[in-house]
Amino acid sequence: MAIQHHHVLSRRFITSVLAAAVMGASAQAIAQSADQSDDPIKVGILHSLSGTMAISETVLKDTVEMLIEQQNDAGGLLGRQLEAVVVDPASNWPLFAERARELLAQEEVDVIFGNWTSVSRKAVLPVVEELNGLLFYPVQYEGEESSGNVFYTGAAPNQQAIPAVEYLINEVGIERFALIGTDYVYPRTTNRILEAFLKDEHGIEQEDIMVNYTPFGHSDWQNIVSEIRRFGEEGKPTAVISTINGDANVPFYTELSNQGIDAADIPVIAFSVGEQELTGIDTGPLVGHLAAWNYFMSVDSDDNYDFIDAWIDYTGDEEAVTNDPMEAHYIGFNMWAEAVRKAGTTDVDSVKDAIIGVTVPNLSGGYAAMMPNHHITKPVLIGEIQDNGQFDIVWQTPSTVAGDAWSDYLPGSRDLIADWRKPMECGNFNVVNGSCGGSTAAEEAEAALAE
Amino acid sequence: MMTQVLSKSPLSKPSLSRSSPSSQFWLARPFGERATQIFLGVLLAALLLVTVLHTVVPQGSPLHVNAYTVNLFGKYLSYALLAVAVDLVWGYLGILSLGHGAFFAIGGYAMGMYLMRQIGDRGTYGHPELPDFMVFLSWDSLPWYWQGFDMAWFAFAMVLLAPGLLALVFGFLAFRSRVTGVYLSIITQALTFALMLAFFRNEMSFGGNNGLTDFREILGFNLRSNDTRLGLFLATGVALALSYILCRAIVSSKLGRVCVATRDAEARTRFIGYRVERFQLFVFVVSAMIAGLAGALYVPQVGIINPSEFSPLFSIEIVLWVALGGRATLYGAVIGAILVNYAKTIFTGVMPDAWLFALGAMFVLVTIFLPKGVAGLLRKRRRAATSDNAGTQEAIV
Amino acid sequence: MRRFLSLALLCCLLLGFTLTAQAQTEAATSPPNDTAALALLDALDVDSYRDKGEAITAILQSDDERARDWLQALLDGRLQRADDGQFVVVLDNSGREWPVADALTNEPLGEMSRRDLNRVGINNALRNQLRSAIAVVDLYSPNLERRRTSAARLLGEVDSELVEPINELILEEDDSQVRTRLSQAVAIYHAEQGEMAGVEALTGSLHPRARVALSRAANGDDPVVADAARAALVSVEQNLKINRGIETLYFGLSLGSVLVLAAIGLAITFGVMGVINMAHGELMMLGAYTTWMMQQLLPGQPGLALVLSIPAGFLVAALVGVAIERSVIQFLKGRPLETLLATFGISLILQQLVRTGISPLNRTVITPEWMSGSLVINDALSLTINRMVVLAFALVVFAGLMLIMRRTRLGLEVRAVTQNRAMARSMGIRATRVDILTFALGSGVAGLAGVALSQLTNVGPNLGQNYIIDSFMVVVFGGVGNLWGTLVAGLSLGVINQVLEPWAGAVLAKIIVLVFIILFIQKRPRGLFPQKGRAAEG
Repeated sequence: MAIQHHHVLSRRFITSVLAAAVMGASAQAIAQSADQSDDPIKVGILHSLSGTMAISETVLKDTVEMLIEQQNDAGGLLGRQLEAVVVDPASNWPLFAERARELLAQEEVDVIFGNWTSVSRKAVLPVVEELNGLLFYPVQYEGEESSGNVFYTGAAPNQQAIPAVEYLINEVGIERFALIGTDYVYPRTTNRILEAFLKDEHGIEQEDIMVNYTPFGHSDWQNIVSEIRRFGEEGKPTAVISTINGDANVPFYTELSNQGIDAADIPVIAFSVGEQELTGIDTGPLVGHLAAWNYFMSVDSDDNYDFIDAWIDYTGDEEAVTNDPMEAHYIGFNMWAEAVRKAGTTDVDSVKDAIIGVTVPNLSGGYAAMMPNHHITKPVLIGEIQDNGQFDIVWQTPSTVAGDAWSDYLPGSRDLIADWRKPMECGNFNVVNGSCGGSTAAEEAEAALAE
Repeated sequence: MMTQVLSKSPLSKPSLSRSSPSSQFWLARPFGERATQIFLGVLLAALLLVTVLHTVVPQGSPLHVNAYTVNLFGKYLSYALLAVAVDLVWGYLGILSLGHGAFFAIGGYAMGMYLMRQIGDRGTYGHPELPDFMVFLSWDSLPWYWQGFDMAWFAFAMVLLAPGLLALVFGFLAFRSRVTGVYLSIITQALTFALMLAFFRNEMSFGGNNGLTDFREILGFNLRSNDTRLGLFLATGVALALSYILCRAIVSSKLGRVCVATRDAEARTRFIGYRVERFQLFVFVVSAMIAGLAGALYVPQVGIINPSEFSPLFSIEIVLWVALGGRATLYGAVIGAILVNYAKTIFTGVMPDAWLFALGAMFVLVTIFLPKGVAGLLRKRRRAATSDNAGTQEAIV
Repeated sequence: MRRFLSLALLCCLLLGFTLTAQAQTEAATSPPNDTAALALLDALDVDSYRDKGEAITAILQSDDERARDWLQALLDGRLQRADDGQFVVVLDNSGREWPVADALTNEPLGEMSRRDLNRVGINNALRNQLRSAIAVVDLYSPNLERRRTSAARLLGEVDSELVEPINELILEEDDSQVRTRLSQAVAIYHAEQGEMAGVEALTGSLHPRARVALSRAANGDDPVVADAARAALVSVEQNLKINRGIETLYFGLSLGSVLVLAAIGLAITFGVMGVINMAHGELMMLGAYTTWMMQQLLPGQPGLALVLSIPAGFLVAALVGVAIERSVIQFLKGRPLETLLATFGISLILQQLVRTGISPLNRTVITPEWMSGSLVINDALSLTINRMVVLAFALVVFAGLMLIMRRTRLGLEVRAVTQNRAMARSMGIRATRVDILTFALGSGVAGLAGVALSQLTNVGPNLGQNYIIDSFMVVVFGGVGNLWGTLVAGLSLGVINQVLEPWAGAVLAKIIVLVFIILFIQKRPRGLFPQKGRAAEG
């Protein structure tokens, strides 16, 4: 068995088992703040470059590398150069955790940009918390989470799903909803929130809501599409809310157009279909179907055109497209850089304190601010698919919407809020009983400290 | 006479007594073998070395092994344990199981359920009993099959029993109707594929695609402490040693000889009068239990269990580890598992694009040029050194 | 919507029925009134969609002969405004520079950058309005196709103001299809008003709009009409059930045909040669990528490209198959389980080759015009054409293979080598050559399957993986070495799956099918149609 020899600067605690978790954070902080030198600042990139998720995540790796290059051309950060540390978790969830540990413990990166799927984030979360790292997560997700070490630059359900449904009801006059999704946590949670929202806020009856889940990569949509068609033939204006993931979309849309379901009859509004996904689809028959995001490549702003030009130059591909998670990384990266400048150090705890309230321009001509719950403010845009694979923006929220970590429409999370500012510093504060998480976690940590 | 033989149970007294091994207790027999001695020696030395380098050598020293690496080795060892389980059925029974990932994952889920219950009310919602994913998918109470997993003894028993039971039912049906060869391989693949789809379903209440994660402690030890990591690493090493001894004991017993006979000529063994399916079933169940144990040790070390462990591709990869290390040697499986996974760690870090090329090429080259694996190479060298020492007799088909 | 329709129709009536026809003939002679036209278009360039809707009505009310072209361009998103205020119609909006033409004069203006152009945006509501507007204009069109489409759009859209003019149109109409549709539209209006005449006229109609109208009549005040409507609904429901049954069967056969296509090549390499080719899926992927490549080579002719990719896909996959056979499989004779491992390695390599060589992203394969849409059997049943083509293609491929195996020298030799290799060789058959050709044939068929799949699903590096397990299940279920078995197994598994899906859900249906196969193999370890004789041993 080969044994690797590693030079490691981290701590060693053979103290009480419980105290270790609590003290770990401060010990790490001390070790890192002593490490101020002219060495480059290390930026970890944790995106799958092989396996099934490579299709989505590779461009995000390239985006962060491009942003680092731009930052270095502009003189770096705090007078130091930035250095990308790229690892490949290969679309394998346990490997995500292992790689995150490698980045933090072995490479000692100052920040990580990474992850796409919720499961990969859940796998990485304990590692990032244990080793007190910083993770910027760029993808729209189901919410119901707020970690002190993670910054969620993608949309929470209230920044995508709920405005999209309000658009359908108020602007299009839809009265019947088919919630079609891939069977995993994001669609399940989003659909639960939407169901509750439709019933509570708009008085939609149960019989006017259809819910259906399919496995990953589902390719035979004949039955489901014909069911949708029948569902829409009952005389009420009907729309499909699609949380179908990745590869399953192409056969879904193909079947829709072949069965003659047109966007003007039954519009489909998707939360996971962006410019990147459309590159693999013949969009001719899909014109008019919708997507809700916080950014579209077709946004008419100078920052956006600059970003697109830079991206096309960087990739050397005239046809290269940009999409929402790329913008999220753009915002996240700039926020982190701004916070580092503000704090004057890359030390994790200082950056965590400094970043709340940081405001940077987004690509749609406005600004994004980091909220105390580690989510950001975003405009919500509704776009219609065009035959050139782009979205035409047909509606947007008048102002930006702040991300809500805990949904108001789920019974378990209604009373929870997250606020990482001192003195609360809690990701799941229960406003009813006034304690953090309503659990005994806080007391336990105190007891461990006293020991 | 025929009926007499037919009623023979797998562990009954040997009647195939041409070269009856010594009358020692069957579990103690492997200690007399040279290969086992070397294997156990190397394993023990490695465990000790890592422990010393981790705890005694100071952190600044280049010889220090950090917690990350210990954890990594722990993961390799649990894979090695899984490979031993596969080698037991493939090497000695000739059953190419493309579904051993299923037993591994079930063992893992049993452990994962125990670890989930240990979180108690420290989940994000602070629910005293339900895991987080059940709270936000609005489950009212624990499903019946989650009951009991808060007790360590029950959960640990299920780690062995659940995969064992599945193997028993599946094997009983398959061996009874004499499904063999390619057909058996394909339906084991169907088994793990069906289970993967099932576990992906959120209605199953195993956390769907997200699986089980965010574990806190095991038997009262904090899972986020380095001492616990070392402990798990050592436990996996010990489990590997014990399983290795058990497997050696099985294959060198008379039972094992019947298995090898079945592998090489099933019909002939049957005609001699052995109830082949019983032997197959016994070994298959033992192998599934070892795989379950491997899964249970794997989960607390990597911190997550999700349905992708059921993926048919993973099961095929396990077979490659065994093929690379060398079939029907057991220690070869261990070598193969560690080599491939070590290469994976290195390659996906240094040149991610090249990893699948390397893995693919490994599959091709090993099957064509190294049919006996690394173990075959080792043995060839040893045999060349001590030319007339005819100790080993494993035949490879 | 209805109010808009009747308004639009009344405009047309005021202007005279023959407006559009006349305008089209007079277009060349009358000089375009450009100031008024510009004002009409100008009104479209506003932010509010409501104002845009009014602008559309204004365009419709104007007697401008270019109105239909403008509305169509607006509907297609090609009506755009340049930064200098000029309205243009974009002729091709791919790439960064677009060729455009003047919207008023139709003169080409060369290329413009997409940065300098602003699209006159529309949303789905306006899209509906535009379609109706175009439909109303088209109702008076001399073009029969346009009249038919436009009449079909009127179902359920008729209100009191429209009834009279439509009745008049019915009298003047020559085409029976248009007449039937228009009368149906009027009947739906009457049924919704609770009139007996409407209910009677709609009895037996399967159109969903008719059903909605009937169920409204069934809840009406007049008990006689309500009873009649209920009775009509019952018979409709019965009829619908039958149609739904046929539809499910079609879905099942269609899914089955995909399975058959995917598995049939495997049935040859696996069943006949005993080689477990895990790279089979990747050979399919190569066939699909060949289709994409052909479409890249022949831009603008997706149909021709698709037809040409049938031989091309076969050749590419067959050649790769030969390479695999020569480089790997020939060294693993008689070790089926090891061919599984080696070919699995090859599949990983092929996937990664595509990923690094072409792109990890899916490629767009265009469905040609003649393969999109569906064949309308009646108002409740239409069959998608792309799947029908694939179903037919699968049957043709199967028939071709049967012919090769039964009627050709190669087929004879293959059967001889399979049954007794040594004997065949001593009879002078070159077994090695037969091996190569068989493997090439199996691989080529996989390529054909890929060409077909490119019309149904993603063309990407993972295409093969998604089908490989299913293909093995089909072959094993059908019985290794039996092509008929593969056909029957594929089609029946497809039908079982689709019958289960509506009540079990897609995931559970798939699990049930897998468990069924596992149990079936216990019952009949050699599949549906087991091979007989000594060849079956081993």
